[in-house]
Amino acid sequence: MSRAGLVAVAILSAAILAYEVLLMRLFSILWWHHFAYMIISVALLGFGASGTALAFARERLLPRFAAWFAAGAALFGLTAVLCFAVAMRLPFNALAILWEPEQLLWLGLAYALLVLPFFFGGGAIGLAFSRAPDQIGRTYAYDLVGAGLGALGIVTLLLVLPADAALRCVASLGLLSAALALAPFRGRRTQVASLALTTAAFLVPAWLPAGLLSLHPHISEYKGLRTALLVPDARVLQERSHPLGLVSVVESPTVPFRHAPGLSLNYLGEPPPQIGVFTDADSMTAITRFNGDLASLEFLDHTTSALPYHLLRAPKVLVLGAGGGEQVLLALFHQARKVDAVELHPHVAGLVAGDHADFAGGLYARPDVDVHIREARSFAQSTGDRFDLIQAPVLGSPGGAGATQGLHENHTLTVEGLRDFLNILEPDGILSVTLWLKLPPRDAPKLLATVITALEQLGVREPGEHIALIRSWKTMTLIAKKTPLTDEETARVRAFADERSFDVSYLPGIAAAEANRYNILEGEPFHAAAMALLGPDRQDFIERYKFAIAAAADDRPYFFDFFKWRSLPELFALRTQGAASMLDMGYLMLFSTLAQAVVLSIVLILAPLVLRRRHFGGTAPKARVMAYFLALGLGFLLLEIAFIQRFSLFLGHPLYSVAVMLTGFLVFAGAGSALSPATMQAFARRSERSWAALGPLPAIAAGIAALAVVYILVLPPIFDALIELPDPAKIAISLALVAPLACLMGMPFPIGIAHLARDDQDLVPWAWAINGCASVVAAVLATLLAMHFGFTAVVLLAAAIYLAAPAAMAGVAAASPESRTALVSGSGP
Amino acid sequence: MGLMRTPTLLISALCLAAASLVLHAQERKDEMDGMIAAIAAHAQDAGPAVPGGGIDPAVLQAMRTVPRQEFVPDDVRAQAYEDQPLPIGFGQTISQPFIVALMTDLLDVAPDEKVLEIGTGSGYQAAVLSPLAKEVYSVEIIPELGERATNVLKRFGFANVRTKVADGYYGWPEAAPFDGIVVTAAASQIPPPLVEQLKPGGRMVIPVGGAYFAQQLMLIEKGADGKVTTRQLLPVQFVPFTRAGTK
Repeated sequence: MSRAGLVAVAILSAAILAYEVLLMRLFSILWWHHFAYMIISVALLGFGASGTALAFARERLLPRFAAWFAAGAALFGLTAVLCFAVAMRLPFNALAILWEPEQLLWLGLAYALLVLPFFFGGGAIGLAFSRAPDQIGRTYAYDLVGAGLGALGIVTLLLVLPADAALRCVASLGLLSAALALAPFRGRRTQVASLALTTAAFLVPAWLPAGLLSLHPHISEYKGLRTALLVPDARVLQERSHPLGLVSVVESPTVPFRHAPGLSLNYLGEPPPQIGVFTDADSMTAITRFNGDLASLEFLDHTTSALPYHLLRAPKVLVLGAGGGEQVLLALFHQARKVDAVELHPHVAGLVAGDHADFAGGLYARPDVDVHIREARSFAQSTGDRFDLIQAPVLGSPGGAGATQGLHENHTLTVEGLRDFLNILEPDGILSVTLWLKLPPRDAPKLLATVITALEQLGVREPGEHIALIRSWKTMTLIAKKTPLTDEETARVRAFADERSFDVSYLPGIAAAEANRYNILEGEPFHAAAMALLGPDRQDFIERYKFAIAAAADDRPYFFDFFKWRSLPELFALRTQGAASMLDMGYLMLFSTLAQAVVLSIVLILAPLVLRRRHFGGTAPKARVMAYFLALGLGFLLLEIAFIQRFSLFLGHPLYSVAVMLTGFLVFAGAGSALSPATMQAFARRSERSWAALGPLPAIAAGIAALAVVYILVLPPIFDALIELPDPAKIAISLALVAPLACLMGMPFPIGIAHLARDDQDLVPWAWAINGCASVVAAVLATLLAMHFGFTAVVLLAAAIYLAAPAAMAGVAAASPESRTALVSGSGP
Repeated sequence: MGLMRTPTLLISALCLAAASLVLHAQERKDEMDGMIAAIAAHAQDAGPAVPGGGIDPAVLQAMRTVPRQEFVPDDVRAQAYEDQPLPIGFGQTISQPFIVALMTDLLDVAPDEKVLEIGTGSGYQAAVLSPLAKEVYSVEIIPELGERATNVLKRFGFANVRTKVADGYYGWPEAAPFDGIVVTAAASQIPPPLVEQLKPGGRMVIPVGGAYFAQQLMLIEKGADGKVTTRQLLPVQFVPFTRAGTK
């Protein structure tokens, strides 16, 4: 294939991966993150479907490869925009799925639409593999490098362009790829087509009507932003796009926001005017007007979050997840001598510091307030400061929203995370975490279990002497200290709670009768859970609890996953009576995504075998081919996802982690792919024995497995030692660590294709289909397995799969020794 | 013969129309009966969330007098009597009938009492309260919803319901105090004016939960001394842990 053709493959791969990332962003804004994940995961099976289609049509398409490649790339570009535009207009109401079976029809239609771009794009790439299987190493290298650059490019683009504008660029790339594929050919019509496609590539971003991709009219009407805008005179002041989320700023002068989670019923005042800040059209935080008058902030002292301030005097405070600055204001109200505010989203912090600084009273410009645009855990690991109070404000979604946070990794609320925070407290310092109150309790018991375990790991013998838990009708706040709570402190906790009609669910020495006075709950389950978790039968209680409340850990960082399979029948039977809000939709969405992907994959993979049995020629045993490419697809994604997660803590920023690691994996895998012919040649020169029909595959697989296992052991101490380095150094180190592993991971696929190429070219697109389907399944499986068994188990499983893969290929290679010779010599069709 | 045909046709058409109306009315009655039966069955299964083990018959009777299908948009009218929430536009839903019954039951309204509703929505809850209370006041912040609900309530003769489009945070001070208050809008806080407008001995009911999720219910009671206590009720008999020795 010509250099132009290879570059066309790279550009198309970049566009496809960028589109995948973009769709996640777009549907996270329109709907919710987990529905977006489900729909896009299934749509990615378009890759597999394209391979299956190519298995039937390969012989007809190859003679006019360039034209069909260009058609596929151009159709990808067009359908990327048009299919999304139609899909976002579907009257699909994700929330009503449990009530309205007809929503499944709209969901099916969304799948059918979004499959198309991946079908066309995947088909063009698969055709390129079939076109020149003897050059598979180079072609695959361009594919992977292109995809890696696409990942990096889209993250960078989203820093400067809104997601709908970035989609236009993706369409342009598809058209450009098509144009480039035709460019080397001299025919007049081909040249005209190439020129037309090039022109279209540059004009499409400008020509598409503005309303076609406008998101606002199609954002779910049940999301907070849409509801807020229904109020008379409410309007969006500004919007800012970012890979971490679209930030929308709303003012509502007629009906103020009055955002004050869990405000005491005894408080008769009204919060000051506020500006609402929505992320991805939901998850509201508020910027409160502050004119320097601390008395206007009194309302904040009547929330459960204010508890620790009544045990401290002029503390030095660290606020995790500062949002609109509410907790910073609370700290100032209580005469904190210094406040460090950590906020991950730069635009959210920028609103308080910049655009609305006057409204916020210059909050972030004060000499006693420092703002850090960092991930909370990363800040804790690298700061040299010590704090009197670490305040984690209300986390999680309010109860009843279907627990859509279940799949979000959360490294703050893990045993290791809480240990890190406790380690940067002064000896008598306080860690304070506030959560929404959910019934039946699941956040609170899990937080208790996690805090208790963290304290025990720090050498605390009686964790019960070190914690207190209070609740209002809407929120609960847990405080924890490294030193036991004194009698004076427990008295102050009681007084604080009594004045505000909050209940003390747990305090050292509390009697059960004290725990349920103002906000009465049947059986006071929070007190019961605290006593059980602090008692000798903790493990038994956790085991018997119908929600998953075992302590969260870095290896399984899914604090908001509470799902237990054995509760499903009972909850499902009761769903119409109120149990639907207890069903953790995140986990069920993930599982149903996996089920759909597996079923559709089986159909796509088996279809050519069933429907084209007689014409599916060649000598290779089909079962072994299937096993080999399934193993590669599973192993690659399992390892990639597990290590992205591992490095995310070290890199200290979820965006860096995904962008850097995804790009690093793909680019270095591409390098490995490019090196695969040379590797095969080097191996062939060393051995002529029959068992060496597999070439270097066993050694490569062993290398991948060994590196993966070694990394499990050595990465944690390496990360601990280097955590304080600046970000550019950490990025370079991460890439250096990933390079050898990814390079090896890029080799087995082209080597396998090369083995098929000589006598079994029909099977090449089929192998592409298998690999594509396996990748989709693996992506979902990785998260599910990590939730149950941890990421270490995911890595070990991937290592085992890679070790087994060469055995599958042994039968294929032995059946066709000529292919090995051809691959090594570089000759072929 | 031709002269005889016209009256015959006319009478036949009238008879057909009447029969259709009767059939339609019977269908609605059957649907209503089904809805009431479903509510009663859920109430039995809900355990301690439903005081007395069942919904007050007066509440069920009140619900029988309200044509629920008139309070939902045309496109979901066919499902009006199913025990599920339904969309009413503007990002709002009409609560499932079981939750409406439970909230009304918890409010425990007497015929001489005055009730405030914050979040008129479809107007259905106000309509259910109407035969039970002396006066019902209802506030809605979204003008289109408020006007639509007002029209429906007026059309079907719920004369003791007064509505207005306003910020529900401030309640309805001119008509205060109230024996009962129901807050149907998603609440991240309970407005102090509403607590103030609740009579000593009064009750406030707040459903907690998102649209399309059958909500948990919170009951706020104001004691004779003016102090308030809250009580969260799950409308479902679900115990989060199993006892030792069982699965």
